[in-house]
Amino acid sequence: MNLSLNRIKSQNQMTNIYIGSALLILSILDVFLNSFFRINISGFLPGNLSIFFPLILGFLGLSYLRTEYSGYKFLDSLNKNINTTNFNAFLTLFITFAILKAFPPALSWMVLDANISGDTKEACTGTGACWTYIKVWFKRFMYGMYPNELHWRINSAFLLVIGLGFVGYFFKENLKKYLALYYVVIYPIIAFLIIYYLISGGAFGLVWVETGAWGGLSLTFIVSFFCLIFCFPLGMILALGRRSNLPAIRYISVGYIEFWRGVPLITVLFMSSVMFPMFLPQDFFMDKLVRVIIAITLFEAAYCAEVIRGGLQALPRGQYDAAKSLGMGYWKMHIFVILPQALKLVIPGIANTFLALVKDTPLIFVVGLAEIAGMLALAKTNPKWLGFAMEGYIFAAIIFWIICYAMSKYSYNLEEKYKTER
Amino acid sequence: MNNKIKRILPQLLTILFVVLVFGFFTINAQVNMDNRGIDFGFGFLSQEASFDMQFTLLDYDGQDSYLWAYVVALLNTLLVSFLGIIFCTILGVIIGVARLSQNFLIKNSAAWYVEFFRNIPLLLQIFFWYYAALRALPLPENAQPWFGVTYMTIKGYYIPSMIWENLNVFMSCLIAAIVAIIFIRVYARKIQEREGKQLPVLYISLALITILPLLSFLIGGVTLDFEMPVLKQLAQTSFIFEGGIALPPELIALVLALSLYTSTFVAECVRAGIQGISKGQKEAAASVGLTPNQILKLVIMPQALRIIIPPTTNQYLNLTKNSSLAAAIAYPDLVLVFAGTALMQTGKAIEIVGITMLTYLSISLAIAALMNWYNKRIEIKEK
Repeated sequence: MNLSLNRIKSQNQMTNIYIGSALLILSILDVFLNSFFRINISGFLPGNLSIFFPLILGFLGLSYLRTEYSGYKFLDSLNKNINTTNFNAFLTLFITFAILKAFPPALSWMVLDANISGDTKEACTGTGACWTYIKVWFKRFMYGMYPNELHWRINSAFLLVIGLGFVGYFFKENLKKYLALYYVVIYPIIAFLIIYYLISGGAFGLVWVETGAWGGLSLTFIVSFFCLIFCFPLGMILALGRRSNLPAIRYISVGYIEFWRGVPLITVLFMSSVMFPMFLPQDFFMDKLVRVIIAITLFEAAYCAEVIRGGLQALPRGQYDAAKSLGMGYWKMHIFVILPQALKLVIPGIANTFLALVKDTPLIFVVGLAEIAGMLALAKTNPKWLGFAMEGYIFAAIIFWIICYAMSKYSYNLEEKYKTER
Repeated sequence: MNNKIKRILPQLLTILFVVLVFGFFTINAQVNMDNRGIDFGFGFLSQEASFDMQFTLLDYDGQDSYLWAYVVALLNTLLVSFLGIIFCTILGVIIGVARLSQNFLIKNSAAWYVEFFRNIPLLLQIFFWYYAALRALPLPENAQPWFGVTYMTIKGYYIPSMIWENLNVFMSCLIAAIVAIIFIRVYARKIQEREGKQLPVLYISLALITILPLLSFLIGGVTLDFEMPVLKQLAQTSFIFEGGIALPPELIALVLALSLYTSTFVAECVRAGIQGISKGQKEAAASVGLTPNQILKLVIMPQALRIIIPPTTNQYLNLTKNSSLAAAIAYPDLVLVFAGTALMQTGKAIEIVGITMLTYLSISLAIAALMNWYNKRIEIKEK
């Protein structure tokens, strides 16, 4: 009795599955052929109906397919994941069709109809993107107006700085206690010297290159790197100041943090370029890039301070009490007990701040530094290369996206790692 | 004694340091200004601004004062922020809820949307929309109407403008309706607390807010006309639209970029808020016999909102501050008009940058104060 019932049900089910999958395949085929091969199999239908035809077809198909349990693994997971209700089925179809429709034009613009050969605008004959433009301008986008034959200096400076950053991993066990000292004090100084002497030159027989010629993506890295290493110690001091029980120090720290967090970066940059020179002694000249780096550092330090404060607050009170009961003073307690633990907690937060910093650096374009957005603006208005704004911005967006996505994934991993360790 | 010195000395040193830094800057600034023949003061605010703005909400021309230019520019900034906040909230809530969907495709497309727009610098997005995407729009003479009456062209988006008669009657009806709704809500809550009865508040509210303004059309003598944008030929090949409201491409690019960018952060806030409610809450509510709708309305949402609202407000604040990127594409906002043009003309760097920063700072602090007050209000009061 029970068995036969099951069989009848399953027979019904089978027909439903056949009808449903046929309708679904037909609807997807319609959209697919339409967008990839420009064949319209539902063209015989009147105007508007032909647009909605695959949607209706697919919707019917999915509703035929929807059963609680069919026994087929693929169908069950399909039902569970994309076909639970009518509304879900509709959204599924909508998204699938949108992707199917948008994919071919994007593909043909970016790859099939695009040009990359040649060195002039005339080489771009296709209807798609003109990657020749990117190819010709690539060095400018990366290095700005830095002399072509000196690019090795930027490359080697970056390699050295990155290499020195990894030195900490190879510290021997007995040197590990100096790790923090190395990263907070020694490393920034060495990195600064390397970048200063190697990139700007003027010593050791290297030709002087003024900062006005720096630009492109390398400037983004220089600015964000310096701002990070300088804002970190400042942020630490501010965070300690904000948690201090001395009212004057606390209020000054709070005032500083809230002030910088309350103003947009662009006004800070304006301040650095037009207001700051007024505050310096008369004959004292400070390079624009240096002023911008100082301004961004002061700005980011406030955000950094809040992140570090979060780490300090997350430590249990017992740590403070234990350190005090050992007779440690304020500085001893913080340097040997509190900060090592707190800084470990805030690494993901700092990584996020750094991510925000990298995303903010294109703004220096506003005060006339030719960072990648600035180089794009320059290239776009070059009379020989008019009309390729789209390619330029898409290129820059892809580069930034890769950098930022990698960083955000990395900081997420760090977060997960430290979450389990505690 | 020793302790007292330990407490006071660092404070004194810090204060001394701050005073010295400020003093150093002030003296330098005075010397510099003397040398350049600039004097410090805000007198310039009442002078004639003598520059034009492309897009204004209030009447403004070059003969108005710098102060009025400041107000008009500030309004432009607030307009962008307001529009951005509305769109980013709508988008953010949709995406945030979609990320929690059980549908594999929806969940993943929402996740990719967030990853995509969050990881591209905002300035590049603004440039992309302004210089690349909106430049691909048709010229006015080739524009096809959207929704029949609006035109999206390379020179901006043209929409019909409304011409009201007796607008104040309509407005007072609207206000009356809102006041009535508030009263009904309070009354309904009282009734529910006293007798456990639930009034259909939503339907009553909807009815009130549609019927009262409608009545003002029928009885109050309110009329509404639309002025359509009409294509007009200026010269052989030059066409423009006249009439209606023209939204400049700068505004569109800004609002698009700001809302797409910020919506990803709002979406994350919404997702975190809804995920932050433990499953037990839902199950407990169900076991008390609440319907799914009631569970969402009475149990989940009030708690989720408590988690969602503070970080979301922070994002709104970020959006407002980011709207200053308008200066990069020449949308006449506070930074471009005041810290740009006005500063060039008057040379009052300290005063003008100071005013601009203080303006943003006071917006931020005001919203932060409001937020603190709200947080105090909704705090779970544990007994």
